[in-house]
Amino acid sequence: MAAAASACGGAGCRPQCSASAGGEGDAPAESMGRLSISAAAATCGKCDGGGAAVAVAGGVGMCADCFRAHLFGKFKLAVTSNAMVRPTDAVLLAFSGGPASRVALQFIHEMQSKAIQSWETSNSQALPAFRLGVAFVDESVLSVRPGHEIDMAIEDIKSILSSLSPGDKQLHVAPLEDVISSGSDDKAARLKELVGVINDETGRDDFIRCLRMLSLQKIALENGYTKIMLGTCASGIACHVLSATVKGQGYALPADVQYVDTRWEVPVVLPLHDCLAQELNLLCELYSLKTQQLLNRPCSGINGLVASFVSRLREENPSREHTILRTAQKLKPFSFNKFSANGYHDFLPSRLRPKFQNIDANESTFSEILCLICGSPFSESELQNLENTKHKAQKKIDLYTAHCCQSCHFQILPAATDMHGHFFSLLPKFWTEKVDTASASHSSVRDQIADYLLDEDDEN
Amino acid sequence: MDGPGAEGARLPPARAGSRLCVRCGERKAALKRPKTLEQICRECFYIVFEDEIHQTIVENSLFKAGERVAIGASGGKDSTVLAHVLSELNCHHNYGLDLFLLSVDEGITGYRDDSLETVKRNEIQYGLPLKIASYKDLYGWTMDNIVKAIGLKNNCTFCGVFRRQALDRGAALLKADKIVTGHSADDIAETVLLNILRGDIARLSRCTFITTGEDGPIPRCKPFKYTYEKEIVIYPVYEISYIFISFFTTPTLFKIENGLIWLYHDPGIYSPNAYRGFAREFIKDLERMRPRAILDIIKSGENFRISTTRRMPEQGTCERCGYISSQKLCKACVLLDGLNRGLPKLGIGRTKAGAGAESDGKQRTKRSERNTSSLQGKHGNFDF
Repeated sequence: MAAAASACGGAGCRPQCSASAGGEGDAPAESMGRLSISAAAATCGKCDGGGAAVAVAGGVGMCADCFRAHLFGKFKLAVTSNAMVRPTDAVLLAFSGGPASRVALQFIHEMQSKAIQSWETSNSQALPAFRLGVAFVDESVLSVRPGHEIDMAIEDIKSILSSLSPGDKQLHVAPLEDVISSGSDDKAARLKELVGVINDETGRDDFIRCLRMLSLQKIALENGYTKIMLGTCASGIACHVLSATVKGQGYALPADVQYVDTRWEVPVVLPLHDCLAQELNLLCELYSLKTQQLLNRPCSGINGLVASFVSRLREENPSREHTILRTAQKLKPFSFNKFSANGYHDFLPSRLRPKFQNIDANESTFSEILCLICGSPFSESELQNLENTKHKAQKKIDLYTAHCCQSCHFQILPAATDMHGHFFSLLPKFWTEKVDTASASHSSVRDQIADYLLDEDDEN
Repeated sequence: MDGPGAEGARLPPARAGSRLCVRCGERKAALKRPKTLEQICRECFYIVFEDEIHQTIVENSLFKAGERVAIGASGGKDSTVLAHVLSELNCHHNYGLDLFLLSVDEGITGYRDDSLETVKRNEIQYGLPLKIASYKDLYGWTMDNIVKAIGLKNNCTFCGVFRRQALDRGAALLKADKIVTGHSADDIAETVLLNILRGDIARLSRCTFITTGEDGPIPRCKPFKYTYEKEIVIYPVYEISYIFISFFTTPTLFKIENGLIWLYHDPGIYSPNAYRGFAREFIKDLERMRPRAILDIIKSGENFRISTTRRMPEQGTCERCGYISSQKLCKACVLLDGLNRGLPKLGIGRTKAGAGAESDGKQRTKRSERNTSSLQGKHGNFDF
């Protein structure tokens, strides 16, 4: 999700890190845990060059340039081997200001400028370069931070973008409250009310995460972007694996841990899937890539507990996050976790095309039913519940409720069922409309005869 | 509602004017149920506690009438409560089971004596016959003798490996149809997490099964699969008395306060793998924040989309004893072989893989050692 980028790059390991990184000389080494910058280690294990070597989790010392190349290699491999970016694509990068999204911006910019270069030098014989835009979701409506800090952060982002050339990168700043369906009334107040209805701390955290994704989708749709790129990294995914397990979302989990996620209207890609948050922090440190620690969104509730658990595991064994990720990747992904549209691979280099040829045509449209709020695919028991409700549902509210996964049901929906109507009326229309269209055929019949039906609640 | 979980484990004295039980609505609520945080009275607690276990047994058809069931009894709280509840339910609901207690005696002077005393007391209290399977009977060696042969180092390997098989071997000797163990929901949730942390997809798919080893002659089941450890602690406060003793590899510190026994696990000594201790603490923290998290972890574990076509490590059987094994000989037979041939170091660590073991046995041996503490129910296939 959009927030996962900040969950690792920002909040995931933050409580300990930001506390220790107090501006002293050895702060970076301390904050990186085992990844330390040690001037003592003489040579780089890769290029035998001099300079300060970086100890990577594996133990091989690397110089800063090799370290950067190592991470860029992982990024590029993820992008090319999963066909994340086509030459005709317009990519929207979700930028939170944390190290992960900062590195993603840097790397995707490099790929873009290379493409532009070859387009220009080859006299338009090569493939065209993709378009790149940057989105920043402004959540000041929900935070207590003074507005001028946000403004300053946005200025910073603008200056970062202007320093990246060639290639124009448009910046889209969207306040989170924009996801609330347009109307004359105060969106910010409605959003605050909506979030206030949710009692569970973890639920609120997850709900804001879903809103953030909705906001990104909205920006992408309105501005003609065809891909959304997130800075979610391995550490963030490892946290998500555990927190999803703890929330009982074991069935839906594999949907969130893949490189590609096409269940949204604009597909989402995760090119930093294999990089650890520490590595990204270190890279920002080494190359003085400016990050926005001010905008950190600390996670709370269960997500916070999981983040501190993972950071404790990391101290005990630095490769634990990779192990967790590997476990999750052994689970069966969903059909929407890969690109399969017709003609999609026309622009791929021919040597990669065979990789994507053997896609079953039947799978091209996925049939999973997704949770109204968080988009988790339904497990069997949830499907059963939905089927049962569909048959006897009298009101739209019941149908909406049945379209929420069990986890959202518990932690996001209000406990009192009579509050559900109010809650769903506040929700962004984008979500409830999906259910409306899905049940349109069913309800239109009902609407035709609605005048003749007596309301059960009507005692008169 | 600060720390609902911790609060829930204590039985608050019934105050005048305090709330009524949400279940019966008649009596005063005496405690907050750890699982749901509902305030209920003592009587209702016993009813729901036993009813849930009965439902679990019925819904999963754990037993058939006339079966001979061995209750793995360590003398600790879980198995003591399990013995009590099962014998009660057996009478109430006419399961028609032939229950008996099965204890393992490692033959360590001064260690098991107390817990075996507890089990013996349970034998009298519930009228359940007690059978003790000693290492001496099963393997021909007591732990004391093994320690004499091998020294103080590495003897945990022997004890751990032997204990895993001891219940199965003992049950086979006593012609049991089934073994039940007192693993609680907390234990299973912990195992799910640990299997994620160590990337063990094969165990991850199996560890939430309520019955394991159904293809073998003696399946194992866990009637407490959905029962919270805290409720197991609350249950016997008025009903049963027991002495708190746990395995010596898992030193449990406890103190008695408010008529309750409080547990501490020191993750440092608990296991050579510190993350097991972390996981246990993590689950306790989670429970405090959201009691249903434990059930949610189990649910996740049951629902994981594990591809059936994925190649799982093969489970063979030991050529010598027929116990489940990935090698030609099971670990216990390799160790036993070493002991009997006067080479007790055989099969330990990175040294020789051991007679009969395959050449790539070294790594696997190491791995299986690390996993000996796993909860995984292994079953026997004995041919005594």
